[in-house]
Amino acid sequence: MAMTDNQKTFAHDDDSVVVVIGSGAGGGTLANELAQQGVDVVVLEAGALHTTGDFLADEWASFAQLAWLDPRTTSGSFRLAKDFPNLPAWIVKSVGGTTVHWAGASLRLQPHEFAALSTYGEVEGANLLDWPLSYDDLAPYYDLAERRMGVTRTNDIKGLPGNNNFKVMYNGAKNLGYSCNTGHMAINSAPRDGRAACQQRGFCFQGCKTGAKWSTLYTELPAGIATGHLELRPESHVARIEHDGSGKVTAVVYFDAAGEEQRQKARLVAVAGNSLETPRLLLNSASTMFPEGLANGSGQVGRNYMRHMTGSVYATFDEPVHMYRGTTMAGIVSDEARHDPERGFVGGYEMETLSLGLPFMAAFLDPGAWGPRFTGALDQYENMAGMWLVGEDLPQESNRVTLNPEVTDRYGLPVANVHYDDHPNDISMREHGYRQGTELYRSVGARDIYEVPPYPSTHNLGTCRMSERPEDGVCNGYGQAHEIPNLFISDGSQFTTSAAENPTLTIVSLAIRQAEHIGRLMQQGVV
Amino acid sequence: MSSPTMSRRVFLKASGGVLAGTLAFASGSIALLAPSRSWAMPLDNLTSRQGEVLLAVTRQIFPHPDLEDAVYAHVVKSLDRKTRAADNLDQVSALGHLLDEGIAELDAAAGGDFLAIDDARRLEILTPMGGTPFFEAIRGDAVVSLYDNPLAFAHFGYQGAEGDGGYLTKGFNDLTWLPDPPQPQGGYLPFEEPTA
Ligand SMILES: Cc1cc2nc3c(=O)[nH]c(=O)nc-3n(C[C@H](O)[C@H](O)[C@H](O)COP(=O)(O)OP(=O)(O)OC[C@H]3O[C@@H](n4cnc5c(N)ncnc54)[C@H](O)[C@@H]3O)c2cc1C
Ligand code: SF4
Repeated sequence: MAMTDNQKTFAHDDDSVVVVIGSGAGGGTLANELAQQGVDVVVLEAGALHTTGDFLADEWASFAQLAWLDPRTTSGSFRLAKDFPNLPAWIVKSVGGTTVHWAGASLRLQPHEFAALSTYGEVEGANLLDWPLSYDDLAPYYDLAERRMGVTRTNDIKGLPGNNNFKVMYNGAKNLGYSCNTGHMAINSAPRDGRAACQQRGFCFQGCKTGAKWSTLYTELPAGIATGHLELRPESHVARIEHDGSGKVTAVVYFDAAGEEQRQKARLVAVAGNSLETPRLLLNSASTMFPEGLANGSGQVGRNYMRHMTGSVYATFDEPVHMYRGTTMAGIVSDEARHDPERGFVGGYEMETLSLGLPFMAAFLDPGAWGPRFTGALDQYENMAGMWLVGEDLPQESNRVTLNPEVTDRYGLPVANVHYDDHPNDISMREHGYRQGTELYRSVGARDIYEVPPYPSTHNLGTCRMSERPEDGVCNGYGQAHEIPNLFISDGSQFTTSAAENPTLTIVSLAIRQAEHIGRLMQQGVV
Repeated sequence: MSSPTMSRRVFLKASGGVLAGTLAFASGSIALLAPSRSWAMPLDNLTSRQGEVLLAVTRQIFPHPDLEDAVYAHVVKSLDRKTRAADNLDQVSALGHLLDEGIAELDAAAGGDFLAIDDARRLEILTPMGGTPFFEAIRGDAVVSLYDNPLAFAHFGYQGAEGDGGYLTKGFNDLTWLPDPPQPQGGYLPFEEPTA
């Protein structure tokens, strides 16, 4: 039985419901939180409803099943524009959003990262800004999110057991004087919350069949539905948001599974389509009153797109590693996450084990490459260990999601174009990360080292950023649009700066805090 | 190594057609899995000579000296499938044209028969073609099809779908050439009580 079978349903002209667009980390969490408060919510999700039983232990087949494959375009000097011109991001179109694919690393941002401008000072070419909220404002919600998601090494939850890839990282880290452990992961190290313990399948990126890994698909969404206040509508692609003469949003127009246009009235709309689709939707909702798109008086919608400084280091050894066995992200080193401009860049980065199966390794090792160096790496696949570098990239006004009028999707809507140029700070940081990763693996006897370029972006941030002043961003510290009181941004688009850490724990914490705020505003009759 | 029963079935599926061959490496993991020493790959659109040229080209683009031709044949099979003309058109597809012309060009550069020249000469002819639509059509297909099949998994030591049940009791932490990390850093098995 599908979780939607007996759910409460709401009429299209019921204008008392909150409409949440997207069912991933931000949308799924917000919807459940509101439903728990007794607020009626309709979740519109473009993707289909899958169950854990549908997941495939096959990288390409799973990608075809779950990834967002609707067209997108790219421009700018980042390497992806050449390697994967129509796949700027690796994110999910499915109920549960990218929490179906994610690896589960759940790190808090560091206090100084909420005050990037004050801490780093002006950086040429960057559009730095402090967040309109502090670490202390968010800390209680981090507590709630960690408990909810069952993050290891918090709330007395033991760490996950380290796999072979972790053993290599741990020993190398020790040689470099780093500290390393199996991380703060939203993956059950023992049965918890009605979900199994991790069986070390190694297909975390393909959907976790055991449900050990937190995903809104089988936690927040069914919990919300169980309250009788949440209706989930899969295969419902939102085309635009409508407003009335006073500038308040009133309804959402979407295409249902049959391709029919539908209109759902709303008391309040929360957008959580991930950082490419959220600005696209606001821009596609332009009207006479909002000619540049909804909530875009500042011109910041779509700007300051961040994708994290990333890169990978893979190393081969004389003996087998079998890195693909067990959790994909099995170990984390945070020593380089500090802000220390002595290294030649502001901000910092994390080092996290990563493994790709043979098919993805071939695709992502060095896109476009051929010949013996390329094949030499794959010849040593069994003896390979790997890590991903993920660090703060700087917001730049010109890094930007815009509408591409030349390319439309199946509904005739202009698609998102993603423009990105690396900032010199991103490049220095990546080089530093490659060096440290190389040294780490060399210290335990690495034979060959492969510095692997960024994959299609898994972390997409900042395109509707929070700001204290309306002219600097799109929404306030609660994700409420500066211009439209009953329109909220509820996903990673809100991030004022990217910080070094994987973003999801922060997205979830912000969603919990936002839900509380919306509940308060509703009680006060403000929205 | 990949499970023999599974791969044997897949291997059998690939037999009984046009592009015939013999397993070259008697001790390789694939030869061990194969029910017999010869194999074949049926082609629907390409000729078997075209198949052989494309296989030879792929061996240059992604050279794995110990990898059986039977695995490279997956690339030929994939290109053959993609070459299928649209049902209502009585002609070859755009990819078909591209491959026809590219192969003709290779033969011309080889003085008549690309298959008759040695590896070094083949590479010499192919290298300047890097980036051309013909070359990219083969490379772009091969980077997926060569490495996304159970025979390749067996050869390169990736266990693929075998991982579906989990490696918790099947070697996820069986590496012994480095010291085991201590607890709590190294974490705990599901049934293990934290000690620190
Ligand atoms: C391979 C991989 C590994 C990752 N690992 C980690 C990790 O270890 N730690 C971490 O913190 N983060 C990780 N991430 C990132 C993490 O998954 C995302 O940051 C997070 O899911 C983003 O949440 P979101 O709510 O912004 O968007 P998503 O979770 O992507 O949800 C957006 C949803 O909105 C839907 N949608 C979009 N447009 C529309 C529309 N117009 N109408 C209706 N629905 C729409 C989409 O289909 C999607 O389901 C990983 C990502 C990937 C791809
Ligand atoms: S390794 Fe663990 S978390 Fe990852 S898919 Fe398997 S059971 Fe789920």
